[in-house]
Amino acid sequence: MIGVRRVVVTGLGAITPLGNTVATYWDGLKGGVSGLGPITLSATPEQLTQKVVAEIKDYDPLKHFEERELATLDRVSQIAVIAAREAIANSRLSFDMTLSVRTACIIGCGVGGMMTLDETYRRVYLEHKKRVFPLSIPRLMVNAPASQISMHCGIRGPTYVIASACASATHAIGTAFHMVRSGAVDCAVTGGSEACLTFGTIRGWEAMRVMAPEVCRPFSIGREGMMIGEGAAVLVLEPLERAQARGAEILGEIVGFGMSADAGDLTAPDVGGMSRAIEGALIDAGLKPQDIQYINAHGTGTTANDETETKALHQVFGEHAQKLAVSSTKSMVGHALGAAGALEMVATMMAISHGIAPPTIGYQGPDPACDLDYVPNKARAMTIEAAMSNSFAFGGLNAVLAAKKFS
Amino acid sequence: MSDIASDVIAIVTKKKRVDKPTVELSDRLEALGLESLDAVEMIFDLEEKFDIEIPFNANTNNPRTEFDTVGDVVNAIEKLVAKKKS
Repeated sequence: MIGVRRVVVTGLGAITPLGNTVATYWDGLKGGVSGLGPITLSATPEQLTQKVVAEIKDYDPLKHFEERELATLDRVSQIAVIAAREAIANSRLSFDMTLSVRTACIIGCGVGGMMTLDETYRRVYLEHKKRVFPLSIPRLMVNAPASQISMHCGIRGPTYVIASACASATHAIGTAFHMVRSGAVDCAVTGGSEACLTFGTIRGWEAMRVMAPEVCRPFSIGREGMMIGEGAAVLVLEPLERAQARGAEILGEIVGFGMSADAGDLTAPDVGGMSRAIEGALIDAGLKPQDIQYINAHGTGTTANDETETKALHQVFGEHAQKLAVSSTKSMVGHALGAAGALEMVATMMAISHGIAPPTIGYQGPDPACDLDYVPNKARAMTIEAAMSNSFAFGGLNAVLAAKKFS
Repeated sequence: MSDIASDVIAIVTKKKRVDKPTVELSDRLEALGLESLDAVEMIFDLEEKFDIEIPFNANTNNPRTEFDTVGDVVNAIEKLVAKKKS
């Protein structure tokens, strides 16, 4: 069983500030639509300095779950299950017992059930209630999104959450990719989920002093910072042979995964750490820098990230860096933190399969420190044979995936 | 020295990263070794101490140029405190 297998993507699912399915998400991305908007999920938003975030819209939990089920599901798990259901339906897999025990569910999540935590704290500290909701603990535990996907979708193989802040989902997808490639499992349902747009979380991000007031314009002159968001995205991964044997539609191939740690500053990005993760993904994929056409950047919109990521791309790609199309879809969906890498990997797979690089919106002109082609404001039709998706987290944790068009 | 000045000096003294026994109003923040997270923490301490809101975005503001010296910080705080009282 153990060997090196080709790993293909056969299902995608997403629920994002741009749309609650992959199709609507992709329509928004290629249309250059902004998913940012006023804060509605937080209690007392009028007390917040920040007025804009990227929330999922038109979402009614009762259209997806029964009331009884919702007692056990924080928003972060609800959206994880919704994205997983879409990805699994898209793959046309059914998890009989033979496949179920051989399928992994590896999900990235930064902070777990913050909505439940926030509600619970308000109740005990603000309202001085004596009791909290009985299922508060299993709702808010950080592994809940993976556990709930396993329970709702019938997945019985290795199942856990990876938490590495803004790189969580990329670490999760990369780990799942390696598990499928090695033969440790025969299928993986993998991605990320985050839903932490509570009063306390937004206050926390305000205190970091890194958020843009209204518009997120990564790599652009005049950028003012990042925009926090939420969302979930899931990919179904299978070995090529298995996918072909069952006649599955193959949406692309995951070929490489690189990881590194900066061992330096807690929050400041590091060219060396970023470069090593990008190079690691290329080496793992057996690709040369000039094989890559598109990069879905980490591109948070902060001064420090965008400059440092640009330097890292120069370092790894040399002269080829100028030929890359590099875009930040965070300009449209905000930074979904622990889910960001999954939203971005879905965007990358769609970009490869449709031959369209999604844009960086809000772009006003070049910053001298950011001198690459950032696909400003309008999507671009182009051949994408191979692409990468970057994620770089607080704590100096970096993860990068490489994917190819299937042929 | 005003109360505000001595409070600001006390806060800056906690954050400084160089071995200098006393902090003066003329000291430059950069020379005191304040890094970006130190500046964010210092602003939090100042806001808490004086119950004011200091508009500051690490992407568009540079504390080392806008608040070059400890005296610049004191002046800014004095203005914000006066605005709050009025």
